[in-house]
Amino acid sequence: MIRAFHRWPGILATLLLTVLALSGAILSVYPAAERLAAPQAGAELSVADLAASVAASHPGLEQIRRSPSEQITAYWFDGGTPRAAVIDPATGLDAASADPDVVRRWLTNLHRSLFLGDAGRIVAAVGAGAMLLLALSGAALVARRTGGWRRWFAPLRGPLAGRAHVEIARIAVVGLVLSSATALWMSASTFDLLPDGAANPAFPAKASGQTGTSLATVSALQLPAASLRSLSLADPNDPADVHTLKTDQGTGYLDQGTGALLAWADLSVWQRVSETIFMLHTGQGAAVLGLVLGLMALGVPAMAGTGVFLWLSSSRARPRIRGNAPPRQAETVVLVGSEGGSTRGFAATLHAALSEAGQRVHVAPMTGFDPTRYPQAARFIILAATYGEGCAPASANGFLDWLRRIDRAPDAPLAVLGFGDRSFPAFCAYAEEVAATADAKGWPQLLAFDTIDRQSPQEFARWGRAVGAALGIELDLVHQPVTPATEALSLLSRRDYGAEVQAPTAILRFARPRLSPWKRLAGQGFARWQAGDLLGIMPEGSSVPRFYSLASGSRDGFIEIVVRKQPGGLCSGQLAELEPCGTVQAFLRRNPAFHAGRGRAPLILIGAGTGIGPLAGFIRGNARRRPVHLFFGMRHPDSDFLYREELADWQGAGRLSRLFTASSRGERPHYVRDALRNEAPEVARLVGMGARVMVCGGRGMAAGVSAALADILLPAGLTPALLKAEGRYVEDIY
Amino acid sequence: MKPLAAILALSTALTLPGLALARPITLTTTLNNYGGDGAYLALYVTDAQGAYVGSLWMAGEKSKYYDSLSGWYRMTGGDTRQVDGITGASVGAGRTLEITLDLADALFDAGYTLHVDAAVEEMRDSPNEVELPLTTAGASATGSRYIASVSYK
Repeated sequence: MIRAFHRWPGILATLLLTVLALSGAILSVYPAAERLAAPQAGAELSVADLAASVAASHPGLEQIRRSPSEQITAYWFDGGTPRAAVIDPATGLDAASADPDVVRRWLTNLHRSLFLGDAGRIVAAVGAGAMLLLALSGAALVARRTGGWRRWFAPLRGPLAGRAHVEIARIAVVGLVLSSATALWMSASTFDLLPDGAANPAFPAKASGQTGTSLATVSALQLPAASLRSLSLADPNDPADVHTLKTDQGTGYLDQGTGALLAWADLSVWQRVSETIFMLHTGQGAAVLGLVLGLMALGVPAMAGTGVFLWLSSSRARPRIRGNAPPRQAETVVLVGSEGGSTRGFAATLHAALSEAGQRVHVAPMTGFDPTRYPQAARFIILAATYGEGCAPASANGFLDWLRRIDRAPDAPLAVLGFGDRSFPAFCAYAEEVAATADAKGWPQLLAFDTIDRQSPQEFARWGRAVGAALGIELDLVHQPVTPATEALSLLSRRDYGAEVQAPTAILRFARPRLSPWKRLAGQGFARWQAGDLLGIMPEGSSVPRFYSLASGSRDGFIEIVVRKQPGGLCSGQLAELEPCGTVQAFLRRNPAFHAGRGRAPLILIGAGTGIGPLAGFIRGNARRRPVHLFFGMRHPDSDFLYREELADWQGAGRLSRLFTASSRGERPHYVRDALRNEAPEVARLVGMGARVMVCGGRGMAAGVSAALADILLPAGLTPALLKAEGRYVEDIY
Repeated sequence: MKPLAAILALSTALTLPGLALARPITLTTTLNNYGGDGAYLALYVTDAQGAYVGSLWMAGEKSKYYDSLSGWYRMTGGDTRQVDGITGASVGAGRTLEITLDLADALFDAGYTLHVDAAVEEMRDSPNEVELPLTTAGASATGSRYIASVSYK
């Protein structure tokens, strides 16, 4: 719901807000520039002295004004010609031209009315309203994503566009709320919707009839010059005319003959509030704040761009459910808890496959679930993502509350499948909680709780077979999130290992494909990548891609992966037989969660078997000689010691600080977790120095490593979960 | 120069009691290229003693800025009822404001004076920039700051 309040105003107002923000950002520079350029008045200077000195040097003086930026301007008539100049208050003499800046006026009119008069002012006010709505709904979304207001600045994970959007937002939101709220107030004031109009005293009916008192001696003008707004001098030829004084306290009339204060009216509370708001919005009188607000406004175009990009990519990835069975007839009910829409894509695949198998299937969001709507339901299936640190995704809001509230669970059995990313600490935490709560409520189980890591099509297909078995049907779930555009990669070389230890493994090096100039410019496809990103390979005879971690970055100029031949594996089988010059269809998928990053903190790289691929890539790319410690597990050093020669070279070149190996075969079986425990003091020391731990390999190995690290870090009061939350413990597990 | 489309006929303005006779006049105000935003203009009439009689036109719709037209504002105390129904858009630099109205015969050749106050955002206020007597022969005058000319016939 909050998301809808964020998405639609954002999309509709993108262009308008970009124009308003950019013009506002440029305008914010003026008050600061004016403040720096304006000759400063001494604190002891009085309005009387200032007026007297300006009047002395400017015969025919009509008015003196002091702007909120402390610029003093005099207006006078020089033999019938109107003149104006910026005044140096110290001397009362001209300091600069008072002609209004053409560019500034143009920007101001663009900013407040788009050159469209009152219609444009209303459009700009609507824009400000949209900005306020976006800022508030966006703040709620950030809090939800990071896991609460107290974790406002918690580190973010996920794809770049979404991260950039939130990174900018959580800094700029303060300024945007202030700018848009003050803009709305100013619009209301301009349209006379607020009682903040001028409260001038009644014009005095009687003056002394004398003229020509010296301004320097007028007691009402013995005020600090800093409090002056304007002083309009009376016409000396009209004895009935009076001086008009405006200060930051109010407005009054002075007799031009005696200098007596004839009438006075204080500023109203509304006027004071409006003036403060004017200052906050324009920065006139608060130049530094203005610059800060202007800087924050620059975030708007960036957020508009990333926001529209996020919306487009999520709506592209959201497939429609064709032939959704009516609820009353549905035998199988699929409930979806999806945030960005990818989980809904899996639901569509499940729906299509079950429908093809002759089932009547209804797909619905988890939110608002009511079992009485499904009288024929024979089973419920929940597909649920997790938002942020274990929260309900958008389309599952309220489901868990409902489940906790009910007395009796539905009779038809339930299967829960969680979707998530193992590199997050709260992997599938929401789905898991749903499954556990359902179990506690006595909801019969159709299938045990299961999870899908990083939208893995293989895991989903495997789960589908289990569903098929439970239903007594053949269920083949072929899920393809977004049809990737593949390119043909040609094999440059291969190095084979491990045949002797029943682990045939190869390091495959492909040539980088030729890129169109556009792709190179836009950074699409194989234009730029880093070790740790993923190479998706489409094996012949399947439309489901297999993913391999990249062991090289684009700077290396080639594409390298490490592949172990799985028994009966379609893709790994084809790769095992690939000869140099042979080609595969492949595409790139970014995996920013598993990049080495640019920091200087030490890296502890832990991998076994093919898991060394991305780790070797990190070491190869470590030209800055960041301290890197590699723990590598293999079967036998004589057979599957991948990258043996390179590791020695890299160590010699300072790209690898230390190498610890463990081999599971031979006289003394030894695993990578054992190697870690052997080096416990060193590991603890490195972590204490801020080291980042990166683990790549099979699930069993990762679990062993996590357990070993938990023991090693315990004396320091640290846990792997704590490091994960800080982004200092990342895993790439398969 | 493009005449501003602010031409209208007023039958009620300044109709003195008991004096039903009135004549139509066309009042033309042309602004010079002063290089600023649209100008607020107040057109009003005073009698031979200099006392306020009534307003003919207010160019500028936001009453919160009327105090910058200080001649008019002093005379009326900023009373917006004085310009109810005879208010139009502000007049851009270099543009012409043309209004047609019926003025009571008694106002002509009797010492009444037409005044024009002008004000522009972020620029000087220009109260009473133009004054010219109301005569049956018509009159014209030039201003000093924003107004190139004012004439009526």
